[in-house]
Amino acid sequence: MSAVVEVVDAGLAVSVQDRGRTGFRNIGVPVSGALDVVLMAAANALAGNPSEAAVLEVGLSGPSLKALSGTVRIGLAGEMGAQVVNTRGQVLKVAPWQTATLFPGDVIRVGGVSHGVGYVALSGGVQVPAQLGSRSTYLRAAIGGVQGRAPKAGDRLQCEAVRGDPWLEFRAQAPWHHETGPIRVILGPQEDHFTPQALETFLTRPYAVTRDMDRMGLRLEGDTLAHNEQGAEIVSDGVAPGTIQVPANGQPIVLMADCQTSGGYPKIATVIRADLPRLAHLRPGDELRFVAVSHAEAAAALREQVQRLADWVGAIQNFRPPGVIDEAALYGANLICGVVRGDEWALHGVDFTHYCGAQHV
Amino acid sequence: MTTDLAHPPARLLSVGDAAWTVEFGNGIDPAIHGRVLGFSSLLDTLSNDGRLEGVVEWVPTFRSVTVHFDPLRADAMTLHDLLAELADKSGSLSAAGCCWHIPVCFDASCAPDLDEVAAAKGMGREDVVRLMTETVFTVYMLGFLPGFPYLGGLPEALDMPRLATPRKVVPSRSIAIAGRMCAAYPWQSPGGWRLLGRTPVRLFDPANARRPALLTPGDQVVWQAIDTDTYEALDQECAAGRFDLSSLLKEGEAT
Repeated sequence: MSAVVEVVDAGLAVSVQDRGRTGFRNIGVPVSGALDVVLMAAANALAGNPSEAAVLEVGLSGPSLKALSGTVRIGLAGEMGAQVVNTRGQVLKVAPWQTATLFPGDVIRVGGVSHGVGYVALSGGVQVPAQLGSRSTYLRAAIGGVQGRAPKAGDRLQCEAVRGDPWLEFRAQAPWHHETGPIRVILGPQEDHFTPQALETFLTRPYAVTRDMDRMGLRLEGDTLAHNEQGAEIVSDGVAPGTIQVPANGQPIVLMADCQTSGGYPKIATVIRADLPRLAHLRPGDELRFVAVSHAEAAAALREQVQRLADWVGAIQNFRPPGVIDEAALYGANLICGVVRGDEWALHGVDFTHYCGAQHV
Repeated sequence: MTTDLAHPPARLLSVGDAAWTVEFGNGIDPAIHGRVLGFSSLLDTLSNDGRLEGVVEWVPTFRSVTVHFDPLRADAMTLHDLLAELADKSGSLSAAGCCWHIPVCFDASCAPDLDEVAAAKGMGREDVVRLMTETVFTVYMLGFLPGFPYLGGLPEALDMPRLATPRKVVPSRSIAIAGRMCAAYPWQSPGGWRLLGRTPVRLFDPANARRPALLTPGDQVVWQAIDTDTYEALDQECAAGRFDLSSLLKEGEAT
């Protein structure tokens, strides 16, 4: 059964994204898609969705959504909490890395993301029409998303109503942590356009993230990377998200999900797939270092990440928030009365299976 | 397709763990581009036969083809060897696309850099327009923006460097030149190319899933001068979706 939520507040840097738009790079259409596909999959897993269902990516502050029809389960991934204001005016806290289920009239106010990006999954996925095979938003050409743009107040987003028990919530056993350590790259395609000294510098010195960053790219600042006699311009050739291009000023630019499909600067290296999600969490001033790996090491890292995500998803638990049993009783008995449970259920850090699991689940 | 045994071997370059660039040369050259088209065409055939397991898509450029793959479904080194082998035998394909005659308004209101280019080249503005409309351009690749075509064939007489300071806003559908290249901006964007005209024709339509970009690598393009009244009329037709894009096709002229 379909459900509808209304955007009450659009938040900041919020867009509909999925796995991205492939098959059209030959005509210049960027892939776009979630900057952190792991967290997108995590949010979807919490909400009971396939890992690549369209979600709302939150770059700064989250949206406020009101369930209009149907019961909607919201999954949150990333360091980003929320509040639910229910139809009786109660304010209920929702911790990161769990779900909140909205009944018609309930509003969820998703907070700011404290670190990088966060994802808001709606049960059944955000069902905006797919364009060129994807729901991902690419603003410059007004492709995908909500009629080619970011959501705004008043928009109605279709999703699916919760199947099964709407009084049940889900939470991760622990937050997802990306790997730490240097960002892994494969050198090339134009590592032969740099001096040996530049290659050594790139792989040993720290680079700082500047304020110049968006979904298209990330400018870094550090020791200058000198081009050799082949120079700082090439006839444009293909790039991919993660490609690190170095223009004449010698300062690297890491391309991100919305990057162009080809570029005319020499590209010293490309970040491996497994480490692309980490780039989404960098902030101006952060330092990063690069390390070169082989194709075999990159493939092993990606398989390991997929396995770790499967394990993380497998450890998601369901629980009944305290008070919910009262709510069920209330609805079941069709009573109308005032406060039947505490003003808040704080879900973060409390082991509800211990407190209420044996009794109610 | 013709097989040219004399061509130098292609180079395979890493673009991370999920793409290989198959490079046929360094320059902008019809012979190199012929190999790009030949290789792309071979990939088309193999893909249609389901023989490119794990390959997601490929992007032809002036001088190379970047093959994107899913590293969970294809082993990088196995694919490397397959692509090297294919590049060796794919041969060359000459441009065999469609020929488009596309209306362009060269009025000063649409062409902010036309007078400056004419002055720099010591010719009248009508000479610039004549060169622009007499040339048969070839689409080398699409990139930079969705549907943005890089056209080769600009006469040397119009060879100008990019603007020293790029414009913050290039109006959508501007026709522009840089070096020996010509292009059309499907979208408003920043840009450093010199603007010589504007077309009312929409070069990219995401709602057209079958052919969102009007032009394809290998196509030929001839600009046809129109006056401002015609531009306005066509612009309204195009904006309303009433314009028949196939009317721009000139059959039998493609070589």
